[in-house]
Amino acid sequence: MSGVLRTPLHAIHKRLGARMVEFAGFDMPVQYHSILEEHAAVRERAGLFDVSHMGQIHLRGPAALATADRLLTRPMASLRVGRVRYALLCNEEGGVVDDVTVYRLADDHLFLCVNAANIEKDYRWIVRNSPDDAGVRNASDETGLLALQGPASPAVLERISSGSPGTLERYGFAEFAVADRDALVSRTGYTGSDGFEIYVAAGDLAAVFDALLSEGAADGLVPVGLGARDTLRLEAAMPLYGHELDDTTSPLEAGLGKFVKLEGRDFIGAEAIARRAAEPQTRVLVGFELDAKGIARADYPIARNGQDVGVVTSGAPSPTLGKSIGLGYVAPELAAPNTTFDIRVRGRAIPAHVVETPFVGAGGQ
Amino acid sequence: MSSTQIPKELLYSREDEWARVEDHRVVVGITDYAQDQLGDIVFVELPEIGKPLEIRDVFGAIESVKAVSDLYAPVAGTIVEVNRQLEDKPEIVNEDCYGDGWMCVIEIAGDDALADLIDAAAYAQYCADRAD
Repeated sequence: MSGVLRTPLHAIHKRLGARMVEFAGFDMPVQYHSILEEHAAVRERAGLFDVSHMGQIHLRGPAALATADRLLTRPMASLRVGRVRYALLCNEEGGVVDDVTVYRLADDHLFLCVNAANIEKDYRWIVRNSPDDAGVRNASDETGLLALQGPASPAVLERISSGSPGTLERYGFAEFAVADRDALVSRTGYTGSDGFEIYVAAGDLAAVFDALLSEGAADGLVPVGLGARDTLRLEAAMPLYGHELDDTTSPLEAGLGKFVKLEGRDFIGAEAIARRAAEPQTRVLVGFELDAKGIARADYPIARNGQDVGVVTSGAPSPTLGKSIGLGYVAPELAAPNTTFDIRVRGRAIPAHVVETPFVGAGGQ
Repeated sequence: MSSTQIPKELLYSREDEWARVEDHRVVVGITDYAQDQLGDIVFVELPEIGKPLEIRDVFGAIESVKAVSDLYAPVAGTIVEVNRQLEDKPEIVNEDCYGDGWMCVIEIAGDDALADLIDAAAYAQYCADRAD
């Protein structure tokens, strides 16, 4: 498989018996043993993910803050040092370039954690729209990232960290020594359960991953692959770029209005978002549950009275709920909870209904 | 992957199905190699009773968390029975693919319907040839 990238943990994944799959140009573990078991481990105990394929783009210098404010849908000047904020990078047409988390490291220094599939695209976009003194730097290759998620995460992490990462607030971050390696730890994640994202130098990844696994064994910590990462984020109704979001999607139709602040601000795409918001919406993202046996998957049509009325963007069995769930775009008239429609699965119509999201609440219940 | 189970008394197809011949009734399921490759099975779509099949016709689907795989008729004939247990407990296929995880019974016209099936030794070689 030439041309496919590897994270520094590739050999460890193989040693642990992971089944590998190509994702965003990287050879990544999709499961180590069982997607359903790994999913349950995160909800009930703890799971450890290698997410080093994701990217980190820094802005540092006199123009860093103003540039971030101009590129992102939420104000960054008001983001305090030690805090993280989820926001969107938009293009001039108000479509989503990427969804990112932004970390304020210092008055004139912040970094964006970006999706693996978008690293080059985001970097070029940011450089093209930044003055020189915004100090844009792509640090993805030298930065490793692990996610430790689940109710036992604080206990596991505290045992091998200096200081007390368990006292971090949600969306807060600080520096700690984890397994004696310098780390930036944030109380963030992509699962809907409590947990942490742990940034270390790429060269320190293996030591920290191994230390967490062996220290966490007592709490039932297991390594978790991308298969369960997807079922977990779907239960939390968190969007996945390339499915719920792409460069034609307006943040408002994706239900991300609370991550867009238009009043008193001028960022790339603001005018287009405001204009599109004033026009009748053509589609809206909803969550749904299937009412008969079957599984909805991306690109399956959504139908009503024999007519196509939308499309599924993501779908899977929900291990926590024991039913099939999904996200999809439908006409706005069909977005109210309990609205019924069919999902077309291999030519058959499976009944479904709209539900409020997230499917599984905060804390993973 | 630890050694795959390939019972000697069964016949096999290159689509990773097994066949147990009982006179003119052929019981069909997927092999241990197949269930291991699929991972957790979360849904099995089975055919209607009475459905006529040519060899290698798609007669249903088996879904893992991440993917859908078609099921191909290893013999030509007519569906006369399906395992309804799999509707509520698809995981039985992972747990006992040669026993309680059977999928359907196909009634065949004559023994020449079995001509494309291979024996356990040939199937074992086929699995070995595909191993990483």
